[in-house]
Amino acid sequence: MNFNLLTHQHRHAGSVIHHLPAGLKLGVALIVIVGNVCVPLTWQAWFLGVVIFLILVAGLSRISPAFLLKRILALSPLVLGVALVNAFQTTGQGHWLGVAERSLLCLLTVTLVSNTTPFSGILRVLKSVRVPSLLITTIALMHRYLFVVAEEAGRMHRARASRTFSRTRRFQWHTLSSVVSQLFIRASERAERVYDAMCARGWK
Amino acid sequence: MHIPDGFLDAKTAGVTAGLSAAGVALALRRVKRDLPPRKIPLLGLAAAFLFAAQMVNFPVAGGTSGHLVGGVLAAALLGPSAAVVVVTTVLIVQCFLFADGGVLALGANIFNMAILNSFGGYAVYRLVCRCLPGERGRLTAMAFAGWCAAVLASIACAGELAWSGTIAWSAGFPAMATVHMLIGIGEGVISALVLLAVRQTRPDLISENGSSAGPARKGEWLGYGLLLVLGIAIFIAPFACPWPDGLDAVAAKFDFEHKAVTVLPAAPAAGYQIPGIHWAVGATAMAGAIGTLVVFGLALLLGKILVRKKTLDA
Repeated sequence: MNFNLLTHQHRHAGSVIHHLPAGLKLGVALIVIVGNVCVPLTWQAWFLGVVIFLILVAGLSRISPAFLLKRILALSPLVLGVALVNAFQTTGQGHWLGVAERSLLCLLTVTLVSNTTPFSGILRVLKSVRVPSLLITTIALMHRYLFVVAEEAGRMHRARASRTFSRTRRFQWHTLSSVVSQLFIRASERAERVYDAMCARGWK
Repeated sequence: MHIPDGFLDAKTAGVTAGLSAAGVALALRRVKRDLPPRKIPLLGLAAAFLFAAQMVNFPVAGGTSGHLVGGVLAAALLGPSAAVVVVTTVLIVQCFLFADGGVLALGANIFNMAILNSFGGYAVYRLVCRCLPGERGRLTAMAFAGWCAAVLASIACAGELAWSGTIAWSAGFPAMATVHMLIGIGEGVISALVLLAVRQTRPDLISENGSSAGPARKGEWLGYGLLLVLGIAIFIAPFACPWPDGLDAVAAKFDFEHKAVTVLPAAPAAGYQIPGIHWAVGATAMAGAIGTLVVFGLALLLGKILVRKKTLDA
């Protein structure tokens, strides 16, 4: 998980796919993912179908292929790495190709959904499938302040970088931990302000 | 440690999803009962904090770098149930917003990182805290618990992958365990340093959260403990134990995998009925025990240094 993923969000564009209801998109994505995981590898027709379907969706959603490729590459080192480790195993020759195929297709599916659906839509779907409200509130708050806190972390990083000339090994640990602890303290203080603001607006 | 989709088969995904649903339900019930309404936004903000903290990389030996999981740190700062909720939230957002970690693997990821890491680490933390009182004991406990939790979660992860037949235990376990034994040191050190820094600047935050979220109650210990034991029994024990009982498939696979290991000590092991296995398991257990002791010693040392430095500063 690196910082680039957070800052390089896809801009909301008004394509056909963007306007579909979130529930439908999530449902179809779930079916595709379950299929990808459960269907035996010998059913090449299923995987071929999924590939064509995903390419069709990607085309309709007007997300640039370069963006999608960058996203997938950023997330797939683990997939490729494990596939490589697996390639040297004596137990499953050829098996790793299937694993890579399955997980790359799932990755593409989720990437497409998350970049064509506003997060509030996903939350609404979660609410309608009876995810407990406390969890939904927490997820919504986290999503709201995620970018704020990350930006704060970025500012602290910049401030520190502009003030320190050299960093020795030991000092590095010290700064890392002080950044993290400061982040926690600021997040807690912000939580108190958020609570006051929520109360002032009639939250119960 | 995020498992992507396609790495787990249906049975593993189902079992882990069931276990984590139970754990998260328990945590939500606890939090709803114990946490005052004032603290509810703190869960969301703490999740955002954890997400940002996970992006901070620290150097690990050999030029690689690791990042915090932070489950134990959250448990020490907020209480175990709140930590389970917070880490679960982080995982859900990472999964749906960034496609980091699979949708069907979400259950496994929650089980490893939210339940095993947070609560398993918290249990170690409390235990060491009880044995070693005072500030020094607390920091030692934090560092040691951070390491234990990282290693425990990685071993569970290897077990799940092996159970799915994706990566053989004989390849996955050593790779995951050794990497996370190194990363765990960083996790432990940073957790202890952060705990110390927060206690120095805003001690009220922790004591307040500690008293409101409460140290784990009996029901909490029982519930999470049961989940922990179940998880270990299902994912780790079949591979780590030489006993021939258990699922047939597992036994067959176990036998098959360890044939590769037996090749090494060919002559001296010839007289035994199951050569290699006892050896391998015994040696692994021995190495694990020694490693754990060494890390505990290091944690003690860290606690000592930090506390002495603090008293010198003051």
